[in-house]
Amino acid sequence: MLSFLPRRLLQLVPTLFLVSVLIFLLQQLLPGDPALVMAGEEADPAVIEQIRQKYRLDQPLPMQYLHWIGGVLRGDLGESMRIQQPVATLIAEKLPVTLQLAAMAMVFAIAIGIPAGIVSAVRKGTAWDVGANVLALGGLSVPNFWLGILMIFLFSVTLGWLPASGFVSPFEDLGQSLATTVMPAFVLGSGIAAVLMRHMRSAMLQAMSADYVRTARAKGLLEHVVVIRHALRNALTPVITLGALEFGTLLSGAVLTEQVFSIPGFGKLIVDAVFNRDYAVVQGVVLVTATVYILLNLLADVLYVLVNPRLRS
Amino acid sequence: MTPRIAFRSAAAAVALALAGAAGAQTTLRIGLAEDPDALDPTKARTYVGRIVFASICDKLFDIDEKLNIVPQLALSHETSADGRSVTIRLRPGVKFHDGEPFDAEAAKFSLERHLNEQGSFRRAEIAQIDKVAVLDPMTIRLALKAPFAPLMAQLTDRAGMMVSPKAARALGDKFGTAPVCAGPYKFTERVAQDRIVVDRFPDYWDKGRVTIDRIVYRPIQDSTVRLANLRSGQLDLLERMLATDIDAVKKDNRLRLATGVELGYQGITINVANGEKANSPLGKDARVRRALELSIDREAIDNVVFNGVQTPNNQWVSPSNPFYQAKFPTPKRDVARARALLKEAGVTGPVTLDFMVPNNPETRAVAEVIQSMAAEAGFDLKIRVTEFATSLNEAEKGNFQLYMLAWSGRTDPDGNLFSFASCKGPLNYGRFCDPAMDELLQKARSVTSMAERKALYEQVAAKWLTEGSVIYLYHRALLFAHSARLDGFKVMPDGLIRVTDLKLK
Repeated sequence: MLSFLPRRLLQLVPTLFLVSVLIFLLQQLLPGDPALVMAGEEADPAVIEQIRQKYRLDQPLPMQYLHWIGGVLRGDLGESMRIQQPVATLIAEKLPVTLQLAAMAMVFAIAIGIPAGIVSAVRKGTAWDVGANVLALGGLSVPNFWLGILMIFLFSVTLGWLPASGFVSPFEDLGQSLATTVMPAFVLGSGIAAVLMRHMRSAMLQAMSADYVRTARAKGLLEHVVVIRHALRNALTPVITLGALEFGTLLSGAVLTEQVFSIPGFGKLIVDAVFNRDYAVVQGVVLVTATVYILLNLLADVLYVLVNPRLRS
Repeated sequence: MTPRIAFRSAAAAVALALAGAAGAQTTLRIGLAEDPDALDPTKARTYVGRIVFASICDKLFDIDEKLNIVPQLALSHETSADGRSVTIRLRPGVKFHDGEPFDAEAAKFSLERHLNEQGSFRRAEIAQIDKVAVLDPMTIRLALKAPFAPLMAQLTDRAGMMVSPKAARALGDKFGTAPVCAGPYKFTERVAQDRIVVDRFPDYWDKGRVTIDRIVYRPIQDSTVRLANLRSGQLDLLERMLATDIDAVKKDNRLRLATGVELGYQGITINVANGEKANSPLGKDARVRRALELSIDREAIDNVVFNGVQTPNNQWVSPSNPFYQAKFPTPKRDVARARALLKEAGVTGPVTLDFMVPNNPETRAVAEVIQSMAAEAGFDLKIRVTEFATSLNEAEKGNFQLYMLAWSGRTDPDGNLFSFASCKGPLNYGRFCDPAMDELLQKARSVTSMAERKALYEQVAAKWLTEGSVIYLYHRALLFAHSARLDGFKVMPDGLIRVTDLKLK
């Protein structure tokens, strides 16, 4: 039933190769000389020359690429020019942070978005529907950073309930970990909840008017059985894909939220690296993000098959 | 109460008190505006990194509140009559964080590392040192290639930081990931973009002045969020507060405000000879440059954008600096005179100029105010907001006519001028070059008498402030906010946070 898996995994190789070339080339389009940025106020020409040599910036592009990709194949993603730590270490440090944040955001998004979508579809045209739509519109239009700052002012500065920033690993202190991530996760999740709600609603509306739902009702099934076992199951398929893609976006798209809550995550890592022209970090992070994104897509396809029996042939 | 019971309860009381004391570990949490770069004094280059070094790496010399050079790991220094050799006596009984002793060999090692290590950013600062000789276990002598007045000032900063030779040899180019110096705190851990933790060093040579057990530096870029963290109690002290937040901090009785004037400046660099863009009336004619300066009201910029907290000025050092030239006061805005100068220079119609401005809300606002002021005198400034890294590259290539550039400042006036105004200065983006002025700048580096240097800088000012390629605007205020629990915090001229004598109530 999952016979497509090996083939799809094999397709990963050329895709990632293309991604690696693309990141490398796109990065070269960024204006600004990494050696100059690194030297900053200490623009001593001799040192700038040394930096260029040390990081091979003085070599032709294909050579630079080969050197980098050679390292990647050996498991070495290079070293951050700015803080001189291995890129792999930085990624290993930041990825779990963002994954936790993204997972919690998805929990919020699913817990709010899906029931709201179902309710507003089933109770179409009622106050429930209008209320859910208004909330969704709010969730989509309120910018993350603004909602974040408002929450900090309410829950940290005024009420003093939650820490305003930072991150504590769940293995260190689970309570503190949840306390530091609940606000940013809610902020991130609110936008996605709105998207999920809108899609869930339209998919449910479509399903509810389908023939098999009429048949189910004609059989005399209870309404909640019709809604949950028949309509929802079919309506969920597109929402799953959407959820997986949104989760992928969260990995690098949590930038603003991470900035506002000072969470040392993936988004912050890549934004700082781009501004500092820390090439090795940018390349490493994009490559890892692309891999995770592709794998999530694959996961969505697997879930599809599990939810939808028609695809199990 | 029998004596035995009394003894027992007394012992229990002591034990409890001890446990209480042990539990009450004090931690100072400092909010930084950026994440520092590598923590190796030889290779570091950011201002924010120097704030962290102030707690972990002591220097041969330090500065006091009035910018005087005072001994730190050195006891004294003596410069020979010809200015070509400097003898430095070192403080005895100093230990590095790894327990290694600090002595003349270690000082020689550290200075030579700054001079010779691959990728050292300190080399240019102390390049005049030819040789470091060990005279006795507690004395070194620096032989200079030529007399160099700013040397002592350089040794009050990263070039004067002493590192443990044993650790530096063992860690090689990874030293910045676990620095071992001789400061009041020792490096404990760093999580990039999250925190740098340092702990009190029990064997510090001046340990009586260190009372806080641990310091955690936390980079929080957004200034509003940084302040929110202070107000909610997640931070005890923060640097680089926004001028617009001053009122809010003053009104909050749990917070304190601390201010000072920076060593650096905000200015506009003019392209006078760097590529094609220098071919403008502004690049070719000093009168046009003066007309532009006369069109600007520095006080108004300060009042409009910063609520009047900056120090408007027309020189590379602030009015409180001993090298300030009182003979050249800040010119008042004079649009009529500016127009007359333009006419004299034969300029007709508006002078259109490409004004490159790094992307930051405050700088952008300043540029807009200047744009409207200059328009009244006959300049048409086209503001081009450019991301900072890109702007450096554009400046180097000469792709600008005006470039809004700030400098963090150095203790010695040479550090604020030489690189920007000498013909081959690495930061001379406008490529201003005047051999006679170069000679004056060189001479001001080589004489050591304060009066003589000041006289030389007066001659430099006469030339540079009338024909030069930088229009100085103001010195930024160093703005700190801290919790009322923190006692003993003083703003130093270099803006770095000294952690000795601090107490948490």
